[in-house]
Amino acid sequence: MTALTAIEPASSVGSAPAAGRTIRTFALVGPPNSGKSTLFNNLTGLRQKVANFPGVTVEQRAGSMRSGDGATLTVLDLPGIHSLSPHSEDERVAADVLSGRMPGTPRPDAIVLILDATNLNRHLVLAARVIALGLPTLVLLNMADSLREQDGDVDLVALAGQLGTPVALISAARGEGLSTVQNFVRSAGSAPAPVELPVLQDVRHCREWAVRVAGRASYRRPLPPVWSQRLDSIFLHRYWGPAIFLGVVVAAFQLIFRLGQPLSDALQGLLLGAGQPLAAHLPAGIMRSLLMDGAWKGMTSVLVFLPQILLLFLLIGVLEDSGYLARAAVITDRSMARLGLNGKAFIPLLSAYACAVPAIMATRTIENKRDRMATILIAPLMTCSARLPVYTMIIAAFVPDRPLAGIFLGTRAAAMLGLYLVGFLAAVATARLLKSSVLKSHSSPFVMELPTYRRPTLRSLGLRLADRSWAFASRVGTVVLAVSLGLALLINLPVHSGHAALEDSLLAVVGQKIEPVIAPLGFNWKIGVGLVTSIAAREVIVGTLGTLYGMDPGTHAMPLQSALHTDLSPGGAVALLLFFAFALQCTSTLAVVRKETNSWKWPLLQFAYMAALAYGSALLANQLIQHLRL
Amino acid sequence: MIFNFKKTTPALPPLRLADLAPGQAAIIADLALPAATAEPLMDLGLVAGTKVLAVRRAPGGDPVVYRVDGAEIALRHETTRHISLLPLETAAEVCP
Repeated sequence: MTALTAIEPASSVGSAPAAGRTIRTFALVGPPNSGKSTLFNNLTGLRQKVANFPGVTVEQRAGSMRSGDGATLTVLDLPGIHSLSPHSEDERVAADVLSGRMPGTPRPDAIVLILDATNLNRHLVLAARVIALGLPTLVLLNMADSLREQDGDVDLVALAGQLGTPVALISAARGEGLSTVQNFVRSAGSAPAPVELPVLQDVRHCREWAVRVAGRASYRRPLPPVWSQRLDSIFLHRYWGPAIFLGVVVAAFQLIFRLGQPLSDALQGLLLGAGQPLAAHLPAGIMRSLLMDGAWKGMTSVLVFLPQILLLFLLIGVLEDSGYLARAAVITDRSMARLGLNGKAFIPLLSAYACAVPAIMATRTIENKRDRMATILIAPLMTCSARLPVYTMIIAAFVPDRPLAGIFLGTRAAAMLGLYLVGFLAAVATARLLKSSVLKSHSSPFVMELPTYRRPTLRSLGLRLADRSWAFASRVGTVVLAVSLGLALLINLPVHSGHAALEDSLLAVVGQKIEPVIAPLGFNWKIGVGLVTSIAAREVIVGTLGTLYGMDPGTHAMPLQSALHTDLSPGGAVALLLFFAFALQCTSTLAVVRKETNSWKWPLLQFAYMAALAYGSALLANQLIQHLRL
Repeated sequence: MIFNFKKTTPALPPLRLADLAPGQAAIIADLALPAATAEPLMDLGLVAGTKVLAVRRAPGGDPVVYRVDGAEIALRHETTRHISLLPLETAAEVCP
């Protein structure tokens, strides 16, 4: 039953492919969760960068692949869609790209449509809409393995005849399907010649057509796997469900600390070791001081948090790929509804735990404009991974490591959990505020598809981690490096001979100018410099402090955590944590909000609101703690 | 909210999706929802004439997981109370 080469429709066998028509760009189209991105990654591989264009008005990804005869093809990965009628932004993007109306993106010459073979009746509706576009189309039925294992069947020859396009069964997760796409691209296929097409505007008519076509192709839908049902009866159980959910969340935090800390320490040792021979090659003097105590210290102090960030993404990846995240959404929905959050906001808000930028782009799936705006505005309050280095640094310096509940929860993991909760509560409060005032609206429905549980593949997890490591390393190599070098230069100005105190440098003079503003929060000018540089990106403060302490003879030899104690009281530490929980220290987020809302009004408002929240709570915390101690 | 679990014959108030107890199935009759809300649901298979089965309730009782056309979809009560149903036996006569 497996067809690794596509079954051609009988009707097109006679007609030779249109001469001179070569495929240079093709789009991957499919419903959400059909395995589109897996195929995209397989096709484009790791050899070239997968650009995630936050700068263009699209959320589609573009990659390139090499065809059999050596030509380079552009592959467009479109957002997962059920229809091409523009209900929401993501569907509009897909429709625009396919019709060539998307500026900066070439109109695709062909379409590779990926459908879930285990749910053909439903997904064929999308096929009708795509085929009606008239572009050469290859239909791939993904998840062939599930279809076989669960006793399903489909007649590919009959289906190809009905749709008038080549059809193939593949399993993207197992890396199948690449050769099919290669062959399709080489054959430069002709326009589809379907037996019949439904009236596209009539959803019911479309479905009747889909059922008819599936019937003519003797489609037998596989039975829902019993084990997936059994897992659901545990994970969605009245009592076990919420208990397991809480357990998963707590375990995730504990793991990030328990496993992340030793890995991070090991990486630090490695980087310190790597720095020594480097320093030995440089002649002593201002150059060595700039490069080693400035740039290198700054970069490595951020880089050491890579293990924690990768652990976070690994955990999110496992939860997402296995299908558990959809169940978590169902479990938490009741609370979300009570808090007044739109059901569709769940997935964007959840992905904001990784990074607010894709989360804000993911709000395109929310049809209601006001709901979408509210979600965009609260997304940066969710604790993103860039806060992880800042939180870890301060918590490790100020919170003693003691078990709270045996091995299950330590004080440090609990402190981190508390910060995540603070961010979430601020988001909820803000949402309520917005919804009851400027962005009042009726809630749109909560619809959550529960995919069959799947075992996360090493390949997919590996790709996620590689992608994330690259993003993190490139930020360290650009923003952090530039800031550290700039600071190191400023510290050495005005030019002086011998060792002058850090306090006399130009940077300190400028820094001390802002000190009165932040002194009530318990911050001195060094922290102040960190607050300013971290407007670029949150983790930059870690690099900044690394550079400042590295250049200061007084703290030069100390590890970052001990050096912090010279500048921060416990009150100041709590204030700094809260400041980072609330402040919008991220230029990428500001840029993406401007782009998505098409005005500077919203990002500036958001920045001001979050800054006020950050300043107020930090002030309150520091003053409270100081007075309680006295 | 009071659920009448023993409702098997077409009662005077029309049967709604929200009334289905886990394990019960019926045929979708109509989605009394604004088009912008109904169309995404229809894309997911909630179309008049399709069989729907209530599978299980979420821990808090809401949302409820339904099986439609082989896929499992969780919907809130606020949505399902606007979707009317036909019992399986009468539906066979109406929609052959």
